[in-house]
Amino acid sequence: MTDLEQFRQETRAWLEENCPRSMRTPVLSAEDQCWGGRNFKFQSEDQRLWLERMAERGWTAPDWPTEYGGGGLSKEQVKVLREEMDRINARPPLHSFGIWMIGPAILKFGSEKLKQQHLPPIVRGEIRWCQGYSEPGAGSDLAGLQTKAVDQGDHFIVNGQKIWTSYADKADWMFCLVRTNPDVKKQLGISLVLFDMETPGVTTRPIKLISGSSPFCETFLEDVRVEKDQVVGEVDQGWTIAKYLLTHERAMIGGFGRTAAGEKTLSEQAVECLGLEDGRLADDMFRAELARWDIDAKAFELTNERVTDEAKSGQGVGAASAMLKYYGTELNKRRQEMIVAMNGFDGLVFEGEQWDQGAVPRSMLRSKGNSIEGGTSEIQLNVIARNILGLV
Amino acid sequence: MTGLVLTEEQQMLKDAAKRFLQERAPVAELRRLRDERDETGFSRDTWAEMVDMGLAGTLIPEDFGGTGFGHVGMGQVFEEAGRNLSASPLLSTAVLGAAAVNLAGNAEQKQALLGAIAEGSLVTALAADEAPRHDPLKVETRAEAEGDGYVVNGRKQFVVDGHVADKLIVSARTSGGSSDSEGISLLLVDREADGVDVERTIMMDNRNAAVVTFDNARAEGLLGEEGKGYAVLERVLDAGNAQLAAELLGIAQESFDRTVKYLQERKQFGVTIGSFQGLQHRAAHLFSEIELVKSVVIRALQALDEDADDTPALVSLAKAKASEVAELATNEGVQMHGGMGMTDEFDIGLFLKRARPVQQLFGDYRYHASRYARLNGY
Repeated sequence: MTDLEQFRQETRAWLEENCPRSMRTPVLSAEDQCWGGRNFKFQSEDQRLWLERMAERGWTAPDWPTEYGGGGLSKEQVKVLREEMDRINARPPLHSFGIWMIGPAILKFGSEKLKQQHLPPIVRGEIRWCQGYSEPGAGSDLAGLQTKAVDQGDHFIVNGQKIWTSYADKADWMFCLVRTNPDVKKQLGISLVLFDMETPGVTTRPIKLISGSSPFCETFLEDVRVEKDQVVGEVDQGWTIAKYLLTHERAMIGGFGRTAAGEKTLSEQAVECLGLEDGRLADDMFRAELARWDIDAKAFELTNERVTDEAKSGQGVGAASAMLKYYGTELNKRRQEMIVAMNGFDGLVFEGEQWDQGAVPRSMLRSKGNSIEGGTSEIQLNVIARNILGLV
Repeated sequence: MTGLVLTEEQQMLKDAAKRFLQERAPVAELRRLRDERDETGFSRDTWAEMVDMGLAGTLIPEDFGGTGFGHVGMGQVFEEAGRNLSASPLLSTAVLGAAAVNLAGNAEQKQALLGAIAEGSLVTALAADEAPRHDPLKVETRAEAEGDGYVVNGRKQFVVDGHVADKLIVSARTSGGSSDSEGISLLLVDREADGVDVERTIMMDNRNAAVVTFDNARAEGLLGEEGKGYAVLERVLDAGNAQLAAELLGIAQESFDRTVKYLQERKQFGVTIGSFQGLQHRAAHLFSEIELVKSVVIRALQALDEDADDTPALVSLAKAKASEVAELATNEGVQMHGGMGMTDEFDIGLFLKRARPVQQLFGDYRYHASRYARLNGY
C-alpha cells in the first residue's frame, strides 16, 4: 500500500469516528455555516465539537505548516482529505477569510511575529477576519484608495472609510489597505495593515442589499492607532500582496455556486419542478437551456481540475484565476436565474415560512454581486486581455 | 484518476505531430490540393510518412501491428491537424476503421485488417449517415442474406474518404424498422464491388466526402454479430467524435491565435485595434471558452482510454462544447479580420470552412447537447 492510500484509510476511519452525524448534512442556510470568532454563537454542540476536533489536527487549514497550527499536509493529502470529507458529505468545519485570504498572505509575506501571533487563532477559529479593501471612491480602481495612514514613529494613525467589508460587524480583526505614501505612483504608496476591530475609532454600519440581507458593511476609521509591527510585508509594498490576495479571492468567488456535496443538482431540481415526458424534461426550451448550462458547468468544473493539475506539474495558476472568476460567477448567475424561473410563482415569494422566507429569490439576487465583488467581470476581462493576450 | 495533463510520452507525440504537420501538411498544402483539384483529396506521400511515424496504428494494439498509444495520443495529432488544416485518412481509417474492426471484428478480420491499417495498405470509410443531419439510428439501407453472404441496397452520404477507400464499413438493416436500434448490422463492402456507386462531393472545406449508393452490392462479410451492430457503431462514433472535438480545439485555438496577432498588428485611428476594449473583452471571453474546450477534450479522450462508464456523456460534452466554441472562434476570427477576413487570400476563412463540416459530422452542438441531457436523465 502506498503512503497516500494508507493516509486515505486512516483519514476515513478518523472522520467516521469524529465527524458528528448532524455535520454530514448539506449546508442549507447561513446559520449552518460555522465562522468562528470571539462573538460566534454555535448553532449546536455538534458544530462546536466538529470545529474543535478538526482544528486540533490542524485540518481547518490542512496545508499550513504544523508549527503555526496547520495540518502540514501535502497537496495530494489535502486532496484526499477533501475527497474523504465529500464522501460522507461532511460540512466544512470552518468558513474563514483568515484561512482563505489573510492567512496565506501572512504565511507568504508576513514576519515571524505575525505568523506566530495570528495563524494559530485562525486555525482554531478563534479570531474572525474581515477585508478592508474597497472605498466609496475606489471600486474597480482599487489602487486609487485614499484611506490615509500617517507615520507616528512606532505606529500609524489611520483615517478613512472602507465599504463592502464582508461581515465587518461580526469580525474581530481587519486586514486593511491604506495609503502610506501619497507622493508616488498610486500602486507604490499602499501598505497592508492589521488591526483589532475593537480599537478605538473603528465603527461599522451594515448595508442592506437588494436580497434583504446585510452581509456587507461600511467601516469608518477615525484616528485608529495601528502598531508598526502589524504591517504585512514592507511599508509601501502592499499592492503586491493585495494582488496576491485578489487572486485567492477570485478563485474563491469563482467556486461559488458549485453544487455542494449532498445538494440537488440543477437538472434534478428541474426534473422535480417541470417533470419528465418520455424521459425528457417536459419543457423543451428549458431542456435546451439547461443542457447548455450543464455542459458549461461540467466543462468549468473540469477546467478547475485541469488548472489544479497543471499547477501541480509546475505551470502557473495566476493567469487562470481571472478566467475562472469571470466564468464561474457568470455561470452561477445563469443557474440562479433558472432556479427562480423553474419555480415560477414559488420562486418569487419573498416572505413566508412555506417559502423558506424567500430563499430562492434572495439567493438569485445575492448572486448578482458575484460578478461585481472581487473585481467585476469587466475587470477580469481586462486582466485577461492585457496580461495573457498582450492586448494593450 | 489520471490528472488532466499529458504524460511525457503524449507530449512528445504532440510535439512530433506538430513539427511534421507544420512542415508537410500546412494550410498551404490544403490550398494546393484544392487549387489543383487533386483527385485523392490528400497527399499519398504525406500519408505514407504519417504511417511511417506510426500514426495510423495509434489506436491499434501492438499484437496487431499498432503502437496501442491510445485516444489521448491520437487526440494530440488531431489537435495539430486542426491547427494546420491537414488532410489525411487518419479519421476514416486509423480512428473509425481501426475502432470498428477492433471492437467487432473476429480474430481473422482483426489479423488481416488491423495490420493493413497500421502499415498503411488499407484505407477504410464509414458509411453510416443517410439523413442530412446525423442520425445513426435512421437506417433504411437493407442487407439481405443470400447464400453465404449479404446483398446490400441503399444510399449513404457524408461518407468521409468514401471515394478513395478500399473497404466500406456500412450500417444496414438486417431486421426491424427505421429507427430501431435492434436489427442494425455492420458489413464490410469492397468499394469496387459490383453495384457500389461512389460520387465524391466537394465540400465547403474541400476535404473528402462522398455519396455512396448500393444497388444489389455483395458484402464481403459481417463485422460483428448480425443485428447487434448499433452498440458497436455508437462506440465507433464516440471514438470519432472525441477526435473531431480535438480537431475543433486545434481549429479554434489556431483561429484565435491568428486573430489576437492581427489585433496586435492592425492599426486604425492611429492605434492597434487590440487597444479597443470592445474587441479586448470579446477576445478575453473567447480565451476563456477555449480553456474550457481544452478540459473537456482531454477528459473525453482519457475516458475512452480508460473505457469509463460515462464515456458517451463525456464525448458528447466534448463534441458539443468544442463545436460551440469553434463556431464562435471562427466567426470572431473573420469579423475581427474585417474585410481581409472575407478574402480567399487570407487563411482565416479556411478555418471557418473546415470547422463547419467537422461540427456537423456525427452530430453538431444541438445533437450532442440533447444526447448529453438524455444521458443525464432529462
